[in-house]
Amino acid sequence: MIFLSSPHMHGGNNIQLTMFSVIVALIPAAMVSVYLYGFLALFLLSTCMIVSLVTEYIVLRMMGKKTGRILDGSAALTGLLLALTLPAAVPWWMAVVASVFAIVLGKQLYGGLGYNPFNPALAARIVLLISFPLQMTAWLVPMHTGAMFDMYSPIESLKFFFLGPEGIQQTWDAITMATPLGYLKTEVAQGVSVGEALFNYNYSTLHAFIGHESGSLGEASALAILMGGVWLMARHTISWHIPVSYLLTVAVFAGVFNMINPDVYAPPLFHLLAGGLMLCAFFMATDPVSSPSSGVGKIVFGIGCGVLTWVIRTFGNYPEGAMFAVILMNMATPLIDYYVRPRVYGYKRGKKS
Amino acid sequence: MFDIWKKIEQAMHLNPSSTFRGGVVHTKQYKITASSAIISAPIPEQVILPIKQHIGEPCEPIVEVGERVLRGQMIAKPQGYLSVPVHASTSGTVTKIGNHTIPHPSGMGLTSVFIQSDGLDKADESLHPLPNYRSVDAVELRERIRNAGVAGLGGAVFPTFIKLVHDKQNPIEVLILNGVECEPWLTNDHQLMLEKSHEVITGMDVVMSLVDAKQGMIAIEDNKPDAIEVMEKALVDMGLSSSIRVEVLPTKYPQGGEKQLIQVLTGKEVPAGRLPIHIGVLSLNVGTSKAVYDAVCLGEPLTERIVTVSGDAVPRPANMAVRLGTSMSELFNYCGVERFERIKIMHGGPMMGELMSSPNIPLVKASNGILAMRQSTIMHSHYDEEPCIRCGDCADVCPAGLMPNLLATHCKDNQFERAENYQLFDCIECGACSYVCPSHIPLVHYFRYGKGQVAQIQREKSFAEESRIRSEKRDLRLAKEQAEKEEKRRRAKEKKEARAQAEQETLEDTVEKKKESKTVENKT
Repeated sequence: MIFLSSPHMHGGNNIQLTMFSVIVALIPAAMVSVYLYGFLALFLLSTCMIVSLVTEYIVLRMMGKKTGRILDGSAALTGLLLALTLPAAVPWWMAVVASVFAIVLGKQLYGGLGYNPFNPALAARIVLLISFPLQMTAWLVPMHTGAMFDMYSPIESLKFFFLGPEGIQQTWDAITMATPLGYLKTEVAQGVSVGEALFNYNYSTLHAFIGHESGSLGEASALAILMGGVWLMARHTISWHIPVSYLLTVAVFAGVFNMINPDVYAPPLFHLLAGGLMLCAFFMATDPVSSPSSGVGKIVFGIGCGVLTWVIRTFGNYPEGAMFAVILMNMATPLIDYYVRPRVYGYKRGKKS
Repeated sequence: MFDIWKKIEQAMHLNPSSTFRGGVVHTKQYKITASSAIISAPIPEQVILPIKQHIGEPCEPIVEVGERVLRGQMIAKPQGYLSVPVHASTSGTVTKIGNHTIPHPSGMGLTSVFIQSDGLDKADESLHPLPNYRSVDAVELRERIRNAGVAGLGGAVFPTFIKLVHDKQNPIEVLILNGVECEPWLTNDHQLMLEKSHEVITGMDVVMSLVDAKQGMIAIEDNKPDAIEVMEKALVDMGLSSSIRVEVLPTKYPQGGEKQLIQVLTGKEVPAGRLPIHIGVLSLNVGTSKAVYDAVCLGEPLTERIVTVSGDAVPRPANMAVRLGTSMSELFNYCGVERFERIKIMHGGPMMGELMSSPNIPLVKASNGILAMRQSTIMHSHYDEEPCIRCGDCADVCPAGLMPNLLATHCKDNQFERAENYQLFDCIECGACSYVCPSHIPLVHYFRYGKGQVAQIQREKSFAEESRIRSEKRDLRLAKEQAEKEEKRRRAKEKKEARAQAEQETLEDTVEKKKESKTVENKT
């Protein structure tokens, strides 16, 4: 249809460009995951992306929509993001279930691109975490080579991917370890002080920043995520509001409580670098569809995510709260968009016509 | 280092007084006519002058078919206050007064005066020049500016004389001369400042002395360094550099919007529903200033304006001095366009201009530029609307601080109350939101639709209200009439009864009397 209304010029931005620049920004994180988990990471990444694309195609076909839509990159991005939030120990069928869930129940049932209330990848990840807690909290030791299990050998990885630890004649305990967040949580609950627990874990801030700690595929390296995130901000694909307000809030809360009682509350830098916080702040919370539209709204959203993340990590049952925080704030998005609006030109703040 | 910080500041809107909220920077300005001198367009054989070329009430033609008119002669007189007259733009004979298409996206027509040129271009000299404008009475000056038909030549064509009030309660402190010209492609104001800097500044001085403004600012974007230089030099030459200064602004769209420009220069916002005069600001376009100069110092009514004829389908784009009423097709032919197949004609710039249904449309006072674009370069011809991904880019660039994505959703779904709640009517239709939208949603189109629908609903509502009141009055009147009738009937009945009774009584009386007399008789 040709609209005859102005403007007749366009800046050249489009959905495809937006989605693919996010995918490109995730490449460093994906590369780090392949470096840490070898073929396992590769299998997971490709399974999630391919299954997402195929599901998207089938659903679009069934709903009688234009199947060319799969080329807009949103399904591929959902698959990639989903894979990056999964632990390397996830078997193939869970990856498939999660991808199908993300596309069908997370996105298309609500009407497809632009209408999903939640970030589809995060929603699928939470479903997996609640349904299959064992596999979702089994954190493989990164860079595992040698006699027990060689993640850099395609055949062994394939066996593990399809058959689980039995495929390589191993038990879970032998090849997994705790994440810093999980370790800290259990130790602090037993009365060990934070400093001691971190010392026992052999925690190093530098390692956490560059990426040697165990965890989900994409959360290992804060550096890789920062590289992608800052590039996206420089390109104006994502705005600074959500990541900055999110991370600042977590840092402020952690800092204040750490000052009050450093034995129980972990320091801010630990919180910032641990777990999926960086990934969530730069790539999950900034999902345009499920976050508020206005700058002020985004700041409110970021602060909400920050508070919830810190509260769940500190007082909740789960060691990691970033994804729950984002999903919870996704629910608040329509409300934020309604009540928190930018000030309109010519009006005083808070006053409407 | 400082530059980088400034850029960061701008990107984060940290410094609101030096810029306005939102806005976009066009990656390509397409100002291909930027350095081409103004060419006088040939006087056409026929000019067509619509009787309404401003915002407000239409004029009434005061010439007859067959009458000879001179250039600058008033051919339509204003009706009501918000109105300025129309003048013949060349000398000749009135051949027809009838309907003709005007520059409007709907392709609607309006009563127009057709003048066949006699080629002599004889001017009407009834308006005498007033070179000593400082000693002229303000009321007379204002009347002169109105009679010369001056309206805002930036494109809004608001009658200029209305703004020029010398009000004790709202004194005008700052006069802003708008030479921003933020629309891509257009260069008419730029070229006017280069070639007629003295005239423009004199016009500004006329207005400043008329409204008693102490300070003048000429706003120019930094993509026109030559104009900045020329204007600064002219100010020094004319000895006005103490009261008027040139303000150089970073290039950004829509900086030329009146409200945005005022915010940039003064740091103040025009309160909602009020005029710039309420915060002591008056703003004029440079073209309007030149028209004021012509009207006051030369005694010439507005019959000519500078028009940019450009576009990617025009072989020889140019800035032209054009008589009002010249047909667009003639100008395009002059600039080398021979056929209009697969070409879209735009009236105004590409961001806010309107597409014209045919090239045979006359130029009016609002025509700051006409563009002939290949159909393939027009945005909507090769993009489909995709679903909104709520990225919020539109809210980032909106200079009014609206949330265009939600607003468009409500307009699209005919939820106009919601749309009004999201301040639909504060949209200035600058088009920045549609320009950045990754889903190619024609947001402004939906806003226009919404505004039109709301206006229609209000019209219907007030009509319904009126008819309700009318019908209530009628019912009341009928009831009253009915009651009166009843009352009358009742009275008549009462009267009748009373009469009947009286008759009865008299009858009885007489009978009794008779009886009495009889008994008396008997007794006797």
